[in-house]
Amino acid sequence: MLKKYEKAFLLSLYRMMIRIRYCEESFVDPILQGIIKCPVHLYSGEEAIATGVSANLEDKDKVFGNHRSHGHFLAKGGQMEALVAEVFCKEMGCARGRGGSMHLIDPTKGFLGAAPIVSGTISLTMGAALGSKIKKDDSVAVSYFGDGAAGEGVLYESLNFASIHKLPMLFVCENNFYATHMPLRETRSSDSIYESASSLGVKASRHDGNDVLEVYETAKEAIDYCRSGNGPVFLEYETYRLRGHVGPDDNIQGDHTDIRPPSEVAEWCQKDPILSFTNRLIESGIVTKNELSQINKDVDAEVVAAHEFTECSLNTNIQELKSYVFKQKSA
Amino acid sequence: MSSNKRVLNYALATNEALIQLMESDDSVFLIGQGLKSPWYVGQTCTGLLEKFGEDRVIDTPVSENAVTGAAVGASIAGMKAIVVHPRVDFMLYAMDPVINQAANWCYMNGGHCSVPVVIWGIINRGGEQGAQHSQSLHAMFAHIPGLKVVMPATPYDAKGLMVAAVKDPNPVVFIDDRWLYGIEDHVPEELYEVEIGKAVVRNSGNDLTIVASSYVANEAYHAAKELKSEGVSVEVVDLRSIKPLDTACILESVAKTGKLLIVDGGWRSFGVSAEIAALVAENSLQDLKAPIRRLTLPDIPAPASRYLEEGYYIHRTTIKSAIVEFLGG
Repeated sequence: MLKKYEKAFLLSLYRMMIRIRYCEESFVDPILQGIIKCPVHLYSGEEAIATGVSANLEDKDKVFGNHRSHGHFLAKGGQMEALVAEVFCKEMGCARGRGGSMHLIDPTKGFLGAAPIVSGTISLTMGAALGSKIKKDDSVAVSYFGDGAAGEGVLYESLNFASIHKLPMLFVCENNFYATHMPLRETRSSDSIYESASSLGVKASRHDGNDVLEVYETAKEAIDYCRSGNGPVFLEYETYRLRGHVGPDDNIQGDHTDIRPPSEVAEWCQKDPILSFTNRLIESGIVTKNELSQINKDVDAEVVAAHEFTECSLNTNIQELKSYVFKQKSA
Repeated sequence: MSSNKRVLNYALATNEALIQLMESDDSVFLIGQGLKSPWYVGQTCTGLLEKFGEDRVIDTPVSENAVTGAAVGASIAGMKAIVVHPRVDFMLYAMDPVINQAANWCYMNGGHCSVPVVIWGIINRGGEQGAQHSQSLHAMFAHIPGLKVVMPATPYDAKGLMVAAVKDPNPVVFIDDRWLYGIEDHVPEELYEVEIGKAVVRNSGNDLTIVASSYVANEAYHAAKELKSEGVSVEVVDLRSIKPLDTACILESVAKTGKLLIVDGGWRSFGVSAEIAALVAENSLQDLKAPIRRLTLPDIPAPASRYLEEGYYIHRTTIKSAIVEFLGG
């Protein structure tokens, strides 16, 4: 199965997932030590989705994220240094320390922003897709949101609107089965989210979000469909976060794993997307363990460098508290 | 120039602004409910669909939240969207994209991306429409950092402020009042801007300053004109922009007259009138010869019955009485 892909491509997927994982895990200690204070929603365990989707995107394509968007930012080409510095709320962060972990941006890479009002960026993404349609610039807009967003009405308004206007928009629902502490089964009578999209005329399907190649293939088909002017696509990817909703622990601001059953967590640990992809790569004989180890070492060094960059970065300056409320009008 | 004499009504002045903006900039587009229907938007959108097509003049389902979010998102992505809400009341469904997203976007992204969107809300009241078809919520928007709020009172300003709002790189809430749509005034044919944040003295006077905006500014102007023949000299400051507020213009006028009557088409408590009163109290208490007075809507939802409406809304007769009482009392 893997033979049809270029080795360099497979390694690029692996490298991106490792970059996201290592970067995410590098925040754990500073969070526990209280050095990082802003709320951090780690993407560990969900790396295959951002990696597989973004492998199909170009710089001109637009992406909007949510509160758990470190992975989306990196996969779309955002700089790790700028991400780490932002999580530490430093001046050299991608949002100059004004946003923190939940507000990442890099317009030069088409990562147009992230915001934690759950479904709030879905309609913004739809606007980017609408702009693309008006300008006929052949770009696609991707919205990442979680299963929690399925509880908010603007998702359905957006599905309907995107559908009637055949907008080049990809709805990516990362279903990790929990909206903070609430399991999906308690918040939704149906266990399917994608069927709601189908009912509004949007092409929709559900897939394994922990299989990076399945994500890549399904997103490729969807993005080609969008880019060709056929209208929006909704992809529900089932996945699981290996860390808590916010912070490292599986809870809300506590110190125990008390929300998700330990057996369920253990089961999903076996389905870790990086673990399974690593095994497939090795078993296929295309890649050696040493090659992967080298990537791991390189990424390790990149993460260390990003933290060193952050340590050297200036803190924000109180003299500039009032900057950036408005953009000044150019003459 | 021949355009100096040209007269247009308020709605058509806005219409001309939209046409000229869309002609001069391909990234400008209009989206919202009722664009195809004068019942919703009066004459403001006449001819737009025919001229610019369905890609750029988009009438929508009743989905205020998503549609406003789309306008905001398109503007983040390089377009200049104008999203219209034919009744401000329905904008309440769109508070997330307006307040959480558009207003905060520039700041929370460290200035790397601003949102040049215009959120256009029409106040459509009177006619026994009742509490949910009549609200004037400008003070709510003005409270939010990151938003600018403009309220044109004349056809000239309707065009000039719409142009300025679209050209501004930040989110601007443009609020107009259907009661103004029929008034006529000189409107230049060319594209021009009325600077956001600058008030104007509509009528010069010495006895009393009235600060007002939108419909009640126009009513105050006529009240002042009518009282002139009775020897009463009233200065009328039309704010044009609720935010940013032209503090210099207000304080200068108060320094001249020493008496301030604030007239606002919104409710009394925690609103524009309270803000202006606070501004003058903080800066110019020494200039006041009498306590500040306010003429506003009472803190009561809009009634339906015409008899109750009569006592609820502010028109020029109400303003005239307030002036006479202030100066005579």
